[in-house]
Amino acid sequence: MIQYRDEIAKKWHLNMVVGQNVKAIQEKRTFPDSGIPRIQCCGNLKTEALKHTLSGEWPRMKYDHKQGRYVQDDNRDAYTGVIVGVRADEEGSRSKERYFSPRDKSNEWDIGDQPPELWNQFKTDFAPGTHLRIHPLLDWTELNIWEYIDRENIPIIDLYFDHGNGKRYRSIGCAPCTGTVDSTAKNVKDIIEELKSGKFSKIAERAGRLQDKEDGAGLESLRREGYM
Amino acid sequence: MANETSREQMNIVVVGHVDHGKSTVIGRLLTDTGSLPEGKLEQVKATCERNSKPFEYAFMLDALKDEQAQGITIDSARCFFKSKKRNYIIIDAPGHIEFLKNMISGAARAEAAVLVIDAKEGIQENSRRHGYMVSMLGIKQVVIAVNKMDLINYDQVRFESIVKDFTAFLKNVNIVPRAFVPISAREGALLIEKSPNMPWYTKLSLLDTIDSFELEKPPEDKPFRFPVQDIYKFTAMGDDRRIVAGRVESGTISVGSDVVFLPSGKKSSIKAVEGFNIPEKSKAVSGESTGFTLNTQIYIRPAEVMCSAGEQLPLVTSLFRANVFWMGHQPMIKNKKYKLKLATAQTPVWLVEIKNVLDASELSSVANKDVIERHDVAECIFQTFKPIAVDLASDFPATGRFVIVDNYEIAGGGIVLDTMGVENKLLEDHIAAREKNWERSAITTGMRWGRFGQRSTLVLIAGEMNTGKIKVAKALEQELFNNGRLTYYLGVSNTLLGIDSDMKVQGERAEYIRRLGEIAHLFTDAGLILIATVSDLDDYELDVLSKLNKPNDVLIVNIGEKRLSPNKVDLELPVNPDAVQAVAEITALLQKRNVLVEYYL
Repeated sequence: MIQYRDEIAKKWHLNMVVGQNVKAIQEKRTFPDSGIPRIQCCGNLKTEALKHTLSGEWPRMKYDHKQGRYVQDDNRDAYTGVIVGVRADEEGSRSKERYFSPRDKSNEWDIGDQPPELWNQFKTDFAPGTHLRIHPLLDWTELNIWEYIDRENIPIIDLYFDHGNGKRYRSIGCAPCTGTVDSTAKNVKDIIEELKSGKFSKIAERAGRLQDKEDGAGLESLRREGYM
Repeated sequence: MANETSREQMNIVVVGHVDHGKSTVIGRLLTDTGSLPEGKLEQVKATCERNSKPFEYAFMLDALKDEQAQGITIDSARCFFKSKKRNYIIIDAPGHIEFLKNMISGAARAEAAVLVIDAKEGIQENSRRHGYMVSMLGIKQVVIAVNKMDLINYDQVRFESIVKDFTAFLKNVNIVPRAFVPISAREGALLIEKSPNMPWYTKLSLLDTIDSFELEKPPEDKPFRFPVQDIYKFTAMGDDRRIVAGRVESGTISVGSDVVFLPSGKKSSIKAVEGFNIPEKSKAVSGESTGFTLNTQIYIRPAEVMCSAGEQLPLVTSLFRANVFWMGHQPMIKNKKYKLKLATAQTPVWLVEIKNVLDASELSSVANKDVIERHDVAECIFQTFKPIAVDLASDFPATGRFVIVDNYEIAGGGIVLDTMGVENKLLEDHIAAREKNWERSAITTGMRWGRFGQRSTLVLIAGEMNTGKIKVAKALEQELFNNGRLTYYLGVSNTLLGIDSDMKVQGERAEYIRRLGEIAHLFTDAGLILIATVSDLDDYELDVLSKLNKPNDVLIVNIGEKRLSPNKVDLELPVNPDAVQAVAEITALLQKRNVLVEYYL
């Protein structure tokens, strides 16, 4: 996945900025090494990493197209918003998201008091210091995504395809917590057919993502604190 | 996307009073139509057993921790279920008054609504309020599910009595329900199949009624409405296209059609339909996000509505009557500046009159209320700073509905009922009051003119950004000063009004124009020739400045392309004009108008 990310960045000359919870990785505060629960590992490697990378507190690496490698990003300014590809049909807490979702300074999400969205009018006025998440794909479905990939010929990572053992990934995350599904789909068209056939109509897209199952509302807790 | 999916998809919302069983209805529909993920039912049942709670279908969709803990729906959740006919996205809207704005967010996405009423408790406050909201949100297809029939022994008489009472109420809010269906969500009666307990009910079950709803068609055959979101300008590789971008909200337009932009009234015709990486096309229809190039170069700004010249046009107004519902923590009050967002327009708005406030608990009107409180629905009159293009919400929802922003938050939603002309009552009242309260000394305007040898005037230099306005303004000040005139170049106007079409300042611009008008009035009243530059001035803003500057004159110099109508401009100059030449032309005009009195003649 990292290889795919870097190839795309190179090819399209993207301004690619990455961040990591270096300390947690060094200290092995991760699953399964340390024996901590999966959710806690997600918290360390994703929530914390995202929060501190966005705020500029932790160093950021930036792809230098001239040198062909990542170098430390001199810019330490906080990002005031991020555009995220989450969708309402992925899991419970995402089904309650807004297109324009303000978060407070520490990225926390107040689910009970979200801005109303009606008639294509969204919250676009913000008090200074607001951090914003924008979810443009909120009402897309898994099928919509694949049909769009097909229509626009978007390059994707081949972990989504079956390589002859009758298994493929339907949702991709960290290796220790991502499982495969039984499928013989070998290309985008196959996947579209598979989704349309109803084969997965009773299996959640993120069924292979084991952290979702760890605690009844684990993902929601993570998302309140800033997980994607 | 043409190839999206072979099955139809419809958004429906389930609303009703708290505890009347909305979540149970949905949970049961999900379960009985086989739409749940594998193992979900068993998982929920096991959790209930572990916690010694009786199993309830409502647990299927309470996604959030707080909801699971409190047993109430806090935010609108989206779930997915399938009938034989189509796929549904079903939105569970909270029934608790506290979460009305979440209910509204959910319901605003829906094409049809299921309103749940508890047969035992009967019609409650939020049954009415939600009925009213559904009507205001523009949802026309509604079914009433009279739930918990098992609790009243499936009594037909009590069911009929609810039908009678609620039909009368719904008639008042312009809803004609498709049907009233007696159900028991818990027992699964009449949800999908007929029920042996209610042989007296022979019409469609709840699911069949929902299946009988029709998908809304995009309003292609209505007059064309294209609220302008932005103007894309290209400069790379000799591309000088200006693309008017936005989404077609209704109607159809073809290449060659004559178009008119409102509120400015500017006209042109469609040269081409533009899109990223698309084959050439000759028309655009309702629902498309697209762009157009025009045959003539005209100066328009985001927030105008492009319409087809031969069709029914929107109304241009700055005073209108509307129904609003208020969700703000602070009540809506008169004479406070709010922000109105209607289609792509954003403009300051003031509440000038409250006609009446609807009491949702009784559905009676309360007159003489001075503020609109949280959760109130009110009929009132609004004043915008500038005229805007609107439609009546009943004709064109997309350009007839608006939201009101109070202190960064969307606090109200409203629908336009009627328009009342373009007068700016607040401005007229303000100027009348200012004149009345202005304490005058014995020194008259005429005396000042005589003493200073000049008629005080505001010289406004308008034009696009970076066209040389400031250079001309400073040179003019220098020339007038050198000739012994009392003059002042107001540099601050450039800072305040110089920011190009940035949407963020759209709302603030009105305030800056007002301030500039007041400042100009002070300077000209004192007898000076005041020079100011203003980027992107339009006719209406000029009108406001002229009114505020009264009784003194305004002279308009426009540099380069102009947004103002030709008859408003006194002198036109090319982009980056030669300063000496420009100053000579302006002073000649000032002399011609007797602003500069020549003593030596």
